[in-house]
Amino acid sequence: MSFTVSIQTQDFDVSQELAALRAGDARVGAVCSFLGTVRERNDGSAVASMELEHYPGMTEKSISAMMDEAQKRFDIFAARVIHRVGLLHPEDQIVFVAVTSAHRGESFKACEFLMDYLKTQAPFWKKEVTPEGARWVDARVSDDQALARWGIQASNTLSQ
Amino acid sequence: MKVNLKYFASIREAIGQGSESVDTQTTTLKALRDELIARGGAYAEALAHGRAVRMALDQDLCDASAALSEGCEVAFFPPVTGG
Repeated sequence: MSFTVSIQTQDFDVSQELAALRAGDARVGAVCSFLGTVRERNDGSAVASMELEHYPGMTEKSISAMMDEAQKRFDIFAARVIHRVGLLHPEDQIVFVAVTSAHRGESFKACEFLMDYLKTQAPFWKKEVTPEGARWVDARVSDDQALARWGIQASNTLSQ
Repeated sequence: MKVNLKYFASIREAIGQGSESVDTQTTTLKALRDELIARGGAYAEALAHGRAVRMALDQDLCDASAALSEGCEVAFFPPVTGG
């Protein structure tokens, strides 16, 4: 399985993904995953739906680069990233990151690193539909700060 | 030289198109952005300095000093909000 990324409109099955990620690799003693889902509220408004836009080509390239970086930093065997695009509704699955390693510490760290990286470096944009109308979601400074913990300057929210 | 431009999210909506091809004498991302701002209207508004505009050259994030080359792909977009 090793290191793979999928950008897709369709939903995915977490159990199947976890099973496939560690299949045939008896070195694995730890599997950590993160699942992001659509909340019904954001910044004080009810969210009826959201549309996820991305930059085809660059999205895959940036996530592959972050997986390369995770491999350099952590002792991990495999990783899987899935990110959905298109129309999504509250409770829908949006993003999935899973990592395998021999012991839990490395896969916990790598999973969090990959999500922190993805939040500020992968070209996705959310547009929410709320009772007040459709609006682009604002990037959060706290996401830049999350990546800074790993010694990487995100600059996502920087004016220039 | 010929440069392929791409716009995403709020910048794409403001400019009214997702891509265009331009012929430019500029050699850096900063100079190209200034040239687009000089068109005025939606370009000046969406790409104005002081706004959080992120730039990519051939699908890698980069800063304004990056050098352009013939046929390269340049993208302008707002801060990313995936995950």
